[in-house]
Amino acid sequence: MDNFTPVSALIGGSLIGLGTLLLLATLGRIAGISGIASQAIFQREGRSWRLAFVAGLLLGPIVVSLVISDFNFSTPDLSSRTLIAGLLVGLGTAWGSGCTSGHGICGIARFSPRSIAATLMFMATGVVVASLF
Amino acid sequence: MQLFFALLSGLLISAGIAVSKMIDPQKVLNFLDVTGNWDPSLALVMAAALLIYTLGYRLVLKSDAPLLNKQYFLPSKHHLDRSLLAGAAIFGVGWGLAGYCPGPAIAALPAASSGTAGFVIMMVLGWFIAGKLPIKN
Repeated sequence: MDNFTPVSALIGGSLIGLGTLLLLATLGRIAGISGIASQAIFQREGRSWRLAFVAGLLLGPIVVSLVISDFNFSTPDLSSRTLIAGLLVGLGTAWGSGCTSGHGICGIARFSPRSIAATLMFMATGVVVASLF
Repeated sequence: MQLFFALLSGLLISAGIAVSKMIDPQKVLNFLDVTGNWDPSLALVMAAALLIYTLGYRLVLKSDAPLLNKQYFLPSKHHLDRSLLAGAAIFGVGWGLAGYCPGPAIAALPAASSGTAGFVIMMVLGWFIAGKLPIKN
């Protein structure tokens, strides 16, 4: 566990919690990233606020890189594994009505049975696949 | 005003994804892969976010309407169904293969990596296909 980073995890998690809460308090919306991003692309109605939210998603790491001087992160290779993963994440979050943010944070915090079941499910398959492959 | 706060919300969330290093798929895979050099950081990210949202949600909903809108838009479905469970299972498989869920993949796009761009393009294709082919419950 030499790669455990509890302080940055707690700070980052708090920022995520504050961001999701801000969207609820101002626009009255659940901050489910898969739903907002897909509807920004495929749904005309309510597109402008969703595009603004996605623009914020793109800006966040840029702001962080200005504040933290040694900020860097790895990215995946362009491989069939990465492409298949992307397709499965798209299909699964659309059919499953949400992802880590919408189900894992907003839904669980609302004690939603659907979100608790969905989070247990994607955590379970995620752990199995990442551990075996 | 709505647009400003939508942008600020997205910015705070992805800043959190960046600070916590969830933006790095290897960091996420080190959490999901319990056989290797296990890294429990992601559990603390979720715990902190959940603590704030669980308490904050109940405070915010004490007011009749959000600050900049007529009403709250909350999910109306309450029952488990086949589409939810099958979709979540498929999402987890993709998450475990690449270490990306939608937020970190989108947040990492400005790094201009071909792997990240390919992942996001395929994710958008998946959203499109699932929209055309819903799972019947």
